[in-house]
Amino acid sequence: MSISTIDPETGLAVDLHAPDPRLLRERRERRLQLILPVAALGCAIGLWEFLVWYHEVPHYLIPAPSLIAKTLVTDGASLMQSALFTVKLTLLSLALAIIGGVSLGMVFALSRPIEMSLFPFAVILQVTPVVAIAPLILIYVSNTFAALLICAWIVAFFPILSNTAIGLRSADHNLRDMFRLYQATPWQRLRYLLIPSALPYFMAALKIAGGLALIGAVVAEFVAGTAGQNTGLASRILESSFRNEIPRMFAALFLVSVLGVIIFLATSWLSRAVLGHWHESEIKREG
Amino acid sequence: MSTLPHGATAPDLIDMRDVDKVFSNGTIALRGMSLSIKQGEFVSFLGPSGCGKSTALKMIAGLLSVSKGAITVNGHPAGQSRDGSDIGFVFQEATLMPWATVFDNVHLPLKLHGLGKAEARERVDEALAMVGLSNFATSYPRELSGGMRMRVSIARAMVTRPKLLLMDEPFAALDEMTRSKLNDEVLALWKSHGLTVIFVTHSVFESVYLSSRVVVMAARPGRVVHDIPLATDIPRTADYRMSTTYAETCKQVSTALEGTMTHVDLNH
Ligand SMILES: Nc1ncnc2c1ncn2[C@@H]1O[C@H](COP(=O)(O)OP(=O)(O)OP(=O)(O)O)[C@@H](O)[C@H]1O
Ligand SMILES: [Mg+2]
Repeated sequence: MSISTIDPETGLAVDLHAPDPRLLRERRERRLQLILPVAALGCAIGLWEFLVWYHEVPHYLIPAPSLIAKTLVTDGASLMQSALFTVKLTLLSLALAIIGGVSLGMVFALSRPIEMSLFPFAVILQVTPVVAIAPLILIYVSNTFAALLICAWIVAFFPILSNTAIGLRSADHNLRDMFRLYQATPWQRLRYLLIPSALPYFMAALKIAGGLALIGAVVAEFVAGTAGQNTGLASRILESSFRNEIPRMFAALFLVSVLGVIIFLATSWLSRAVLGHWHESEIKREG
Repeated sequence: MSTLPHGATAPDLIDMRDVDKVFSNGTIALRGMSLSIKQGEFVSFLGPSGCGKSTALKMIAGLLSVSKGAITVNGHPAGQSRDGSDIGFVFQEATLMPWATVFDNVHLPLKLHGLGKAEARERVDEALAMVGLSNFATSYPRELSGGMRMRVSIARAMVTRPKLLLMDEPFAALDEMTRSKLNDEVLALWKSHGLTVIFVTHSVFESVYLSSRVVVMAARPGRVVHDIPLATDIPRTADYRMSTTYAETCKQVSTALEGTMTHVDLNH
């Protein structure tokens, strides 16, 4: 027999062993957060499969999801190798963008004159479409990988630079005063005040730059039009389009999307892990 | 230099000489403010909103520059005293680091002076106990109420055991009970440690209860209009709050304060 009591609000008997309804609701909401997107995606793929089958669309126009999956398996080895190349290119360019963006951002935050002198270059670099500069870079830089790296880096670099510079300046002025009052060294001010204040800005930039690095890597490879063993997913897409292998093209495209989603999830997770306990953008609001 | 009752001279701890403050947007916050504060005084700043109390306090701490005139603290120009731990400052807003726990926020001044967490623990705990927040050491500022945040800020100012304590409306957001408890805490510290305190408040009662001297300021431009010394020989107890001396002093200070308000109206 279960112990029960009377709920003062509803006047109904309540099972004391039953879990808190609010907790249950929260758990259900979390489950929905996972189930709904997956279900929606599943439905879309199912509909795609059905429409292709129903209208007998030829596979060289729109391949069915099942055929794309099959291609992913049969061409798995070569596609995986290309994906690995793209991942390497993306992560390396993102890492260099972080190093470059953060260091230059710090210099900008420390010195207005340097910022005023160098900022135009950063802006020019940012506003000129990477497809337009890529051919030049490919001419000047003989190593193709290095050239691709530079292209992807240019795209990912700017958001990190500008957000780091803004973030380092955004520290609360009263807190700055407090650090001054206690005669903090420049290093202490940077370490304990400016960097924590800049973190939310940096994290926002990282989320953007992660996606941009992938776009940069793919675009650069398209422009380079490289072929052969050591090439990325963009080359597989180009190659498939020349040979009219549409299922393979979709398979490569699918892998590019998966990479993008993984980068997005990873940067979002990192942002929550770093800011979750204090910053408004990542705090779960009380209902 | 000012003259002590027994005829000797003691150097003033704080000396403001004909100080102006003009902000970059042209606002004249202070004009010709002169004030000397001796070691061990408890001075309250009282005055209408916007008359420059916070500005004067920040200038004494060396956080705002002087446009004209001079401020010396302990013989050095304001902000250039060698040991920053000599000054404790409670800002009008709580001004806590949102990414740090209550403990880390209070620990900060000690950390900046090279005292590690383990060495500082006792002093941080002591400061938190004083403001009644011992159980919240691991909380983050966003998890606290406004008044609790203010108390963290007070604990942080106290943790270095400063010789000069500058407080900008520290108790404005607190309930009557907590406020009166903290009033007594500040008074006890002031007595036992030979502190010098400058205390900005809007409460006439609070200023009369706490201070050895009330400085009444007027706005537009900010300046000192009354400088009222109070008797310090009467112990500040609940009885004092009931005494006629207290009531009369409050009336005197209120009248002085009302005078500054009409000043403002006449200027319009
Ligand atoms: N950074 C600033 N730039 C320009 N003007 C300022 C600045 N800070 C304060 N002021 C002006 O200086 C005057 C005095 O401000 P202050 O903050 O010292 O007033 P206060 O006496 O502390 O008022 P309150 O009791 O409301 O806190 C005000 O008129 C305000 O507008
Ligand atoms: Mg103020």
